Amino acid sequence: MIALTSLPAPRTIHLTHAVRGRLVAGLGERAIVLVLFASASVAALATVGIFLTLLLNGVSFFRDVSLAEFLFGTTWAPDFFPREFGSVPLLKGTFLIGVGASLIGVPIGIGTAIYLSEFAGDQLRRVLKPAIELLAGIPSIIFAIIAIFVVSPIVEDWFGAPVFNALNATIMLGVMVVPIITTLAEDALRAVPREIREGSYALGATKWETTWRSVVPSASSGITASVLLGFSRAIGETMVVTLAAGLLPTMTLSYLEPSQTITAFIANRAGGDLPTGSVEYLSIFAVGTVLFVITFAINVIAQYVLARQRRRFG
Amino acid sequence: MMDIRAIAPARRRADRAARFVLAGLALISALLLAALVGALVVKGAPHVTATFLTGYPSRFAARAGALPAIVGTLLLGLVSTAAALPLGVAAAVYLQEFAKPTRITTLLRASIGNLAGVPSVVFGILGLALFVRAMMLGRSILAAGLTLGLLTLPIIIVVCEEALKTVPRSMREAAFALGATRWQVVRHHVLPYALPGMLTGAILALSRSMGETAPLILIGAAVYIGYLPTGLGDSFTALPIQAYYWAQDARTAFHDLAWAAVLVLLILVALGNLAAILIRDRYQRRYKW
Repeated sequence: MIALTSLPAPRTIHLTHAVRGRLVAGLGERAIVLVLFASASVAALATVGIFLTLLLNGVSFFRDVSLAEFLFGTTWAPDFFPREFGSVPLLKGTFLIGVGASLIGVPIGIGTAIYLSEFAGDQLRRVLKPAIELLAGIPSIIFAIIAIFVVSPIVEDWFGAPVFNALNATIMLGVMVVPIITTLAEDALRAVPREIREGSYALGATKWETTWRSVVPSASSGITASVLLGFSRAIGETMVVTLAAGLLPTMTLSYLEPSQTITAFIANRAGGDLPTGSVEYLSIFAVGTVLFVITFAINVIAQYVLARQRRRFG
Repeated sequence: MMDIRAIAPARRRADRAARFVLAGLALISALLLAALVGALVVKGAPHVTATFLTGYPSRFAARAGALPAIVGTLLLGLVSTAAALPLGVAAAVYLQEFAKPTRITTLLRASIGNLAGVPSVVFGILGLALFVRAMMLGRSILAAGLTLGLLTLPIIIVVCEEALKTVPRSMREAAFALGATRWQVVRHHVLPYALPGMLTGAILALSRSMGETAPLILIGAAVYIGYLPTGLGDSFTALPIQAYYWAQDARTAFHDLAWAAVLVLLILVALGNLAAILIRDRYQRRYKW
């Protein structure tokens, strides 16, 4: 009140000031919004840029190598003469290790998520959850070092496998996907409304029956998404497979023998100095395109499944 | 009809068994972290010596140090964050404060979401083709920093958006009611409160970029660097790269150095994450909406 009555007399000047201020601000404002929009576009364009880079160089690769050989050939030998670029062994290695890692990571991850969300007390949860989140922040090279110097000797000892084998990498990647699956699945479980649990209890169900028959099915889309994203992470991981799985593009389905994944090939091949435009250089882009398309497809499906869950529970 | 008393014990047993199994799985998850950190400390700590921290790479394990790698890692973290932070903050501000729910906005969001799911080695391919070769930055700190910047961009955007979301609507409405333009509202009333949250995002991105290995292999980090980098155009090495090559050495003495390198790396990354958590906690306590 005091402020109002003590306003200086020539109020009109204040008004014009304000109006002029707003006009200038209006012009500047447009420029600012444009800059902000451009920034958001850069981030979005990066995805397009990645795809185009891969695709354009990948197309050059197919001037030298037939698409049929690349897609269906079962020998990957970029260094031997005659060179062969059949990508099936790399795809096999990628999926063998990715699926195996999921078989390890999914039960542990989802079990942990269910325990955290439905069974654990508040105090325990406050300790466990950050511990698992910290696991997600550990650099992959650390997992790789452990895979080669700790896991490998054990696998060698127990199963008589060679030093480099798919199982080393599979076990380690299984560990690496646990935090991803746990975090996403727990979010999905916690999003299930209380009433669903209470309805189940009211019908006389035990805690486990409630969890298994009511809560988990309600969160099924979110849990599915967590598994998909965990799998996508596993097949995109590079360091563990490069160091511990052996770098042989084999066709074996045995976990106790060496395998090479797409990512391991890329990292290993790029280590040397490759002449731009050579077939070896371009092969990186060709398999990179395959990897990008696979992970992109999985991620899009996961986002779609997540959106469905969100629509259900708001 | 079945007798309820006959079913009850079986159901109770199932309940107890499930609880037991789930707790076991949760325990495994928690123990994984402890086991990892334990292994690193046991294997790495004895080899983190003064020589290791202040020395240069050498053909002799006893004389080899990781100083250029440590400096390289810190520099890469700084360059990538410096490149990605302004872009990320601006993108988050646009998406959260200015964007209207159009198809373009949906497309922007979807692309940024997908960028987060692109494998890091693929970012390396982009960096190699775009920064190293097309833009002719060479195998430099700048090329690697920009690549890592792109990689961390989605993280920064997500965290900054979260930070903006925590500023209550009423703050904005009060400023609007006083005649402020949208940018004035954002600049003077939203950003100051979202700043600590954004800082958290910056530190998380810094940690993340310090730990990346695969993109650096593609960019072409050097194996053997006998000097400290003096500019952004210099070649570089980094702790994860150094550990990667040491681990592949046939001589086991170098494996110890690899352990030491990843332990130092873990400490750097953990310090970053800890700082982020502390800032978030302090900030959450300061502003109670």
